Amino acid sequence: MIGAQDQSYPEIREAVRRLCADFPGDYWQRLDRDRAYPTEFVRALTEAGFLSVLIPEAYGGSGLGLQAATAVLEEIHRSGCNGGACHAQMYTMGTVLKHGSPVQKQKYLPKVASGEIRLQAFGVTEPTAGTDTTRIRTFAKRVGDTYVVNGQKIWISRAEHSDLMVLLCRTTPREECAKPSDGMSVLLVDMREAVGKGLTIRPIRTMLNHATTELFFDDLEVPAENLVGEEGKGFRYILSGMNAERVLIASECIGDGRFFIDRAAAYAKDRSVFGRPIAENQGVQFPIARAHVQLSAAAEMVDKAARMFDEGLPCGTEANMAKMLASEASWYAADMCVQTHGGFGFAEEYDIERKFRETRLYQVAPISTNLILSHVATHVLGLPKSF
Amino acid sequence: MKVLVPVKRVIDYNVKPRVKMDGSGVDLANVKMSMNPFDEIAVEEAIRLKEKGVATEIVAVSIGEAKAQETLRTALAMGADRAILIVSETEVEPLGVAKLLAKVVAEEAPGLVILGKQAIDDDSNQTGQMLAALTGRPQGTFASKVEVEGDTVKVTREVDGGLETVSLKTPAIITTDLRLNEPRYASLPNIMKAKSKPLAQKTPADYGVDVTPRLKTLKVSEPPKRQAGIKVADVDELAAKLKALGVAA
Repeated sequence: MIGAQDQSYPEIREAVRRLCADFPGDYWQRLDRDRAYPTEFVRALTEAGFLSVLIPEAYGGSGLGLQAATAVLEEIHRSGCNGGACHAQMYTMGTVLKHGSPVQKQKYLPKVASGEIRLQAFGVTEPTAGTDTTRIRTFAKRVGDTYVVNGQKIWISRAEHSDLMVLLCRTTPREECAKPSDGMSVLLVDMREAVGKGLTIRPIRTMLNHATTELFFDDLEVPAENLVGEEGKGFRYILSGMNAERVLIASECIGDGRFFIDRAAAYAKDRSVFGRPIAENQGVQFPIARAHVQLSAAAEMVDKAARMFDEGLPCGTEANMAKMLASEASWYAADMCVQTHGGFGFAEEYDIERKFRETRLYQVAPISTNLILSHVATHVLGLPKSF
Repeated sequence: MKVLVPVKRVIDYNVKPRVKMDGSGVDLANVKMSMNPFDEIAVEEAIRLKEKGVATEIVAVSIGEAKAQETLRTALAMGADRAILIVSETEVEPLGVAKLLAKVVAEEAPGLVILGKQAIDDDSNQTGQMLAALTGRPQGTFASKVEVEGDTVKVTREVDGGLETVSLKTPAIITTDLRLNEPRYASLPNIMKAKSKPLAQKTPADYGVDVTPRLKTLKVSEPPKRQAGIKVADVDELAAKLKALGVAA
């Protein structure tokens, strides 16, 4: 196995691989066909403690860093599984952990750690405000002890499979703020109580089995005690969570890439055409080798970003660059893997086409490649702002 | 009751073994190694006995190279309480292992020793039986079910004719078969806890056991490549071919 000897957290990786072996390709193929949620897989990961890896021990988690979390997600994806259904349970709690009150932390974090509460929905994007987050329009108006929320969100993953949602909304109109990034606040929405009482969730069918939805808020009442941190500072709270998200998504890309390379190398060695294995042809083996080279470089960047995050260093640029490199390396590997398999790459039972569709997402979400390039151009290289 | 579980670090069952060029053995350089699957079943059984309140302490022991420490950590992460590593960089044959284990048994006085019936690398299937002989303890080999009642253990064994149940007085030796249980995987909190569980390092000399190999491996070779078969049109032709080959009358 490539690189198995010198990888971080070998014992965690081994345990994740063992768990994933119980969820082979046909499990995911079945879910994919029905666009169903991997309930059993998520339960197994929760019970084995892999989703509470980042939660401090005081709240019932393992208190490990992002580097351990990347090892978990990478192995999930390398095994042919997909962490998309639950990876947010790992990091969405970071907003509460970093900015919540002691009461909120005590109330929610132990239950998030045990899996009793699923906190894996993150409501930011809106139909008219994608990456331009300061233009969100969902508004929370303070009325006595409650906030009354009106507006709409889109591409909110796992909303139907989450008990709590971290919701970003305006509490002061954009034009009344000194800076566009002021005047936004974070609310914890209890989905169990909200649905049908001002919150409507509508699933969106997509190219891949990813439980994404759009949300409609119509006079939804949220208790004022569910405000995280201070009113008006929500945008800053959200940003710190995004770095963790990008690094973790990048590690999923690395896992996907390794999956494609493992599969392609194994198939090329096994598949004989014209009386010899196709792997003997450099036209077949070079793309596999190139995928490995690219992925190895991206993996170094992901490790670096995770290390910086764990050391508390500013790592926005590194997290962005890691996500971009990893998503492009996994996409190249995916394309290579389909080509190596020929017609079989399109057959559902080989899992290549499913992983191919799944890994394509990461050049778009959670942030698109162009926005990363724009960040690097203006913030790292000092080029003029383009928007 | 204390339970002793010997575990062996072997080539991973998913890896296709390759023979060294000089035919002296299997090439283990950069090959994934894991706990022998039958030993995992033994660890699992010990943990289940502890969960039932039958076992009070589980001690895992391994004999092998220093890296066998990882295998012991896996056992600790699954649920063993402490571990003993007897380091030998040269291969120890089943008799040597059994002699060392006999010394550990004398020191630890476990009520049960649960071993894998064989290791998937050399398939010797000897250690448990040798240990029973050396310690004078009763043995229940190839267990597919283990039930402890007071000072007796009922062991259901998988034998050629079907299932056989034997009753042993503890202290006793048990070797596990494949269907005894399905081993658990370690949870993340237990992996972290395992790092601080005690692991004692010993050498064969500490136990006064000479583990010099008594056997010499002459040659290791890969199984011959399977030749392509032939297609037959119908049952009659199949029967005729089998007769011609002398495998059917």
